Formats: sequence, C-alpha cells, structure tokens
Amino acid sequence: MSEIAGQAIIIIGALFNLFGCIGLIRLPDVYNRLQGATKCVTLGTCSIMLGVLISAGVSPTGMKALAAIVFIAITAPTAAHALSRGAHKSGIPLWEGSVVDKYEEEK
Amino acid sequence: MLYRKAPNTHNWYSGYNKVINVEEATEKPKISKVVFVFAVTLAVWLLFTWPFAPVDWATIIAGSIISLISGTILAGVATQHPIKALNPVRYFWAACYVFALAWWVMVANLDVAFRVLHPDVPINPGIVKVKTKLKSDSAKTALANSITLTPGTMTVDLSDEGHLYVHWINISSTEVEEATREVVGRFEWLLRRIFE
Repeated sequence: MSEIAGQAIIIIGALFNLFGCIGLIRLPDVYNRLQGATKCVTLGTCSIMLGVLISAGVSPTGMKALAAIVFIAITAPTAAHALSRGAHKSGIPLWEGSVVDKYEEEK
Repeated sequence: MLYRKAPNTHNWYSGYNKVINVEEATEKPKISKVVFVFAVTLAVWLLFTWPFAPVDWATIIAGSIISLISGTILAGVATQHPIKALNPVRYFWAACYVFALAWWVMVANLDVAFRVLHPDVPINPGIVKVKTKLKSDSAKTALANSITLTPGTMTVDLSDEGHLYVHWINISSTEVEEATREVVGRFEWLLRRIFE
C-alpha cells in the first residue's frame, strides 16, 4: 500500500517538475521564469522525496529523503532570491508588459 | 585562537544592505549559542546516520566532536537569541506554519501550472514594495522565503527599514498597504509568534 502511495506521489512530483520546465520556456523574462522554476521544481522535488520517504518508511533512505526535503525547502527560495537580485543589479530589464518596477524607481 | 579578533575589520558580505561585521561575528560566542548550533548539527547528523537502535558509539562520538567544533566556529553567526528555542509555544506555531506553508505551496504550484499551460500565458507582472513589521533577521529570512514559495510572488530584495521588494506575477494593486495585506499578511502573524 505504502509502495503504491509513494509511487503515486513520485509521479505527481515529476509532473510538477515538468510544469516548471514548461514555465521556463513559456514565461517571458528572467524573473517570471525564476518564479515558475522555483515554485514548481521545489514542490516537484519535495514530492519525489516524500514519495521515497513514504515507500521506504522509517529507514536510512527515508530519513535522508526527509533531510533533503528540509534542505531543498530552505535553499531553493534563497537561490531564487539571490539570482533575481543579481539579475536586477546587473541591469536586466523586466518584460515590456510589466506593470510597475518599484525596485528600479527607488534604487 | 578561534576567538581572536580579525586584525582588519572589513565587511564580510557588503553586497547586502545589512552588513555582517567580521569583528562582531568572531567575538567570543555565548555558551547558549554554542549549545544551540551543537544541538541542531547533532540532530542533523543523527538523522543522516539513522538507525541508531543498536547504539553505535563511534558514530555518536564522532558526530558530537564535529558538532562541537562547528558549534564553536559558527555560534557567532547562527542566531541572536537561542534561548527562545526552548519555548514550546513557538514549536506549536512552527507546526501550524509548516501546514500553512504546505497549503500555500500547493496553491502556488497549481497557480503556476495554470498560467503556464494556458494558451495565452495570463500574466501581469511587476515588482512591488511591501513592508513588514518583523524585526529579527531569522524572521525576515523566513518571511522572504515563504513569500517566494507562495502563489505568484518572489522576493527580490530586503531593505534595512523593513521593506521587501517583491516580484508579483499577477499584480492586483501597486499600493504599498494593499500589496502588504495580500502578500505579507498570510505569514507575518505566524512568524511573529515563532521568532519574536
């Protein structure tokens, strides 16, 4: 039972990773792409790890998967923040359809 | 030797508005900070070396020594008020926070999936400014990370006065108050109870 549940969650995680990759191609600028990539890939990878945790149970593999979930959840948003801030500092403009850029106005 | 003050005070990472001073960071750390880092590091070590049911003393002793070394080195930069970690009420709110975060991450992903798969890619992006009342560094960090994981928003920068610049994929208001209510309101009350 836990085997099947784990596999199902792994498939869902892979699907969200796929959505993240589609977002990387379809969204217009670096900031929007980072949004899509960060959110979907974080949840996708965490789901895969959760699936491993569920199918492996309380075992060495499962505990390492749990630790990986925590680390990914902390580091992925931080990396997105650093990348977007670096992109903005080095002068990459927002997509022309953007509404407002308060960061540029108040720099 | 570890506690020797740096001969030339320079900014460790001056790219950020808030500067971490090497001299402050290398001051002799308080014992409670060392214990805090030691406990966290040892917990992670034990998680990695699971199972410890047949007690393997070599692993535990090696882990303790390494945790102690990293504790003494990193105590200065780890946290300001480790004594707060002993309050059980904070853990209750932290558990609530994990569930709230999981819910919003799920919503965020369905939101992104919808926008990405829609034939027109319905986005209305921009960078807005929001403000937060949170004071401590760890609380602000957690808030910035939570904002990045929640629907349609991503933190770009954090200013000293407690303003966050947030990239928002579908802007509904450019006013500071309105944007604050929608972006920060989800997590601020929880994080205030956890960290402050």
